[in-house]
Amino acid sequence: MKLPIYLDYAATTPMDPRVAQKMAQYLTLDGVFGNPASRSHPFGWKAEEAASEARIQVAALINADPKEIVWTSGATESDNLAIKGAAHFHQRKGKHIITCKTEHKAVLDTCRQLEREGYEVTYLDPEENGLIDVAKLEAAMRDDTVLVSIMHVNNEIGVIQDIAAIGELTRSKGILFHVDAAQSAGKVAIDLSRLKVDLMSFSAHKIYGPKGMGALYVSRKPRVRIEAQMHGGGHERGMRSGTLAVHQIVGMGEAFRIARLEMAEENTRLLALRDRLWNGLKDMEEVYLNGDLEHRVAGNLNVSFNFVEGESMIMAIKDLAVSSGSACTSASLEPSYVLRAIGRNDELAHSSIRFSLGRFSTEEEVDYTIALMKSKVDKLRQMSPLWEMFQDGVDLESVEWAAH
Amino acid sequence: MLPFLKADYGNASSVHQRGRIARHGIEAAREAVANIVNAHPSQVIFTSGGTEANNQALNVMRSRAASGRCVVSAIEHASVLDVAKQLLQYGYELNQCGVDVQGQVIKEHFVELVATKPLLASVMMANNETGGLQPIAELSAIARDAGVIFHTDAVQALGKIDVDFAATGAHMMSLSAHKLYGPKGVGALIVEPGFDVAPLLVGGGQEKGRRSGTENVAAIVGFGMAAMLAQQERTPRAVHTQALRDHLEQGLRALPDIIVFGQKAARLPNTLFMAVPGIDGETLLMELDRVGLEVSSGSACDSEKTGASHVLLAMGVDPELARCAIRISFGKDNTVADVDALLEALQQQIHTLRSLSSMAWA
Repeated sequence: MKLPIYLDYAATTPMDPRVAQKMAQYLTLDGVFGNPASRSHPFGWKAEEAASEARIQVAALINADPKEIVWTSGATESDNLAIKGAAHFHQRKGKHIITCKTEHKAVLDTCRQLEREGYEVTYLDPEENGLIDVAKLEAAMRDDTVLVSIMHVNNEIGVIQDIAAIGELTRSKGILFHVDAAQSAGKVAIDLSRLKVDLMSFSAHKIYGPKGMGALYVSRKPRVRIEAQMHGGGHERGMRSGTLAVHQIVGMGEAFRIARLEMAEENTRLLALRDRLWNGLKDMEEVYLNGDLEHRVAGNLNVSFNFVEGESMIMAIKDLAVSSGSACTSASLEPSYVLRAIGRNDELAHSSIRFSLGRFSTEEEVDYTIALMKSKVDKLRQMSPLWEMFQDGVDLESVEWAAH
Repeated sequence: MLPFLKADYGNASSVHQRGRIARHGIEAAREAVANIVNAHPSQVIFTSGGTEANNQALNVMRSRAASGRCVVSAIEHASVLDVAKQLLQYGYELNQCGVDVQGQVIKEHFVELVATKPLLASVMMANNETGGLQPIAELSAIARDAGVIFHTDAVQALGKIDVDFAATGAHMMSLSAHKLYGPKGVGALIVEPGFDVAPLLVGGGQEKGRRSGTENVAAIVGFGMAAMLAQQERTPRAVHTQALRDHLEQGLRALPDIIVFGQKAARLPNTLFMAVPGIDGETLLMELDRVGLEVSSGSACDSEKTGASHVLLAMGVDPELARCAIRISFGKDNTVADVDALLEALQQQIHTLRSLSSMAWA
């Protein structure tokens, strides 16, 4: 077993060696390095052919038409394109958008930007288990609502939203529905021929593909119109310009192809590992699972270890690559806004650790993790005056702290 | 790039060891890219390519004022021209600055347009079709004196000529890795210190909030390496490709009626844009392709449409002749034998296609 153990698959995944190998064929002079927009020579044609195949592979995992796939530089761009693109295109119909407080920053910051442009945004509170109450979503809808954006799987707590039900609702009201599926593709079955989703964002590097690559699904039936956010060259049917990075596209295609073949088996394995991890931790004193356990992706476990501070814990468990909050916010020391939104207090939010398991995780690693967590949490608590007070039966809520 | 595709796969925003290794790779690349354009690493914003960099640069208009005008040269790449046209939909205005027969921006026209106080002006450093170079430092000084934001698209210039951001005096400059033997899907926007550039992509706050999205670590590292190599090898590469181009031009003189566009202007060392009057460019390049020579009939980004080059039209070239254009661009790995093969093939094709078309006319 090699240390440190990587348990941060939700931040990014190592590339599957099969993906890396495929990509390597599309980089150098002895491979296919052409520009797919070059219509005049075989270097361009072969590149275009490879890109088409990848489009089919990506579409196959989510049961969409390849024509509904628009390549982007990643899920952040997909989210930006979907939300700004839909809002701008349909602004005559209305300027109200509904999203949720636990969305990824790529959605939240995009909504903030639209607010500055004069749009109105409703940020729904999720329930304590992290899930959206569809009745509350319906209550927030207005005549001028043009878009609902709800993520499929949350990046921090892994809960799976009922996008089938939300889709039925939005479609019946004639409101566009965007889903950020960066954390769900390859982990949860997605059938876009049945789901009433208009726009869906994908990332390659969350499912063993390359960084810097993503896609946006734009429904053709019914035909969804969005305004391009990047111009010049008219690639991707005018919805997204810029030279297609063929090796990146091919890598995403290969990652999605593998996911389609291996997802079911992988989920069974990951679920067993995740349960093993939770069973090993849950009997410790003062540990809290964040987010619903039932409606949750197989590889995610988010636990708060009360009376231990998250960052000092990360320092103490250097053998584990985990995160406190998401990678995109972990550079800051703010408590997770996701955990705050599901009603966790600052202390619990600060003491949370996200374990995310993946393709290369092993039972041995999980067992090592359990043992390490138990000993380190114990040790850190021994040093904590709060823990001592708690052990003595002091009600910490009632303590009046004096400022010095 | 390979280590960052395999073992060092961390997310550069993660605080653990793998994340820090990725961060370190990105910062080393940032330094290399800054070095080659004589900028400070803090001035480098990594993007998904030259197109995104150009889009972000022109979108500065929208973050600065609710209305206003931009001035771009008529021969810009589509990723500048199309954005400028898109801004029209938001109530902004657009002036295109003309070029002369050699493809040089007409300075008087530029001065005139800038004097009317647009928000932003954008002129490319080297044209992607003719290879023609513009006097960027001079144009940017004119813009600056008038209080106009100046941007230059240096995508085609980087690695082929000395690109010194500080010396250009521009506020912003776009770069791309894949024109420099680096990977596709990565580029950069270089900005003047203290110049406030609004993000195009938000959410996550990477690149100091100026470009969100998980960094494409391997590609960025590849860009850095390509920049480092280009800095070391720029002169020999330029000498080599220019020798090939000179050899080609000399050979072309022996062929009848060949026209080389923008030949009298300062050009990139490796580029030659030419036409054989009466022979359609698309046909010619297909024929050349059959004998294993890959050239282009204009920019790859225009080639999904089959119209004549907007660059040549702006230079006042007759549309009929413009449709005959083919672009030859050499790289470091081309040889004199390649040029000779091209000359021979051209001669043969001209002979065959001419006799065919004279038959058609007969």
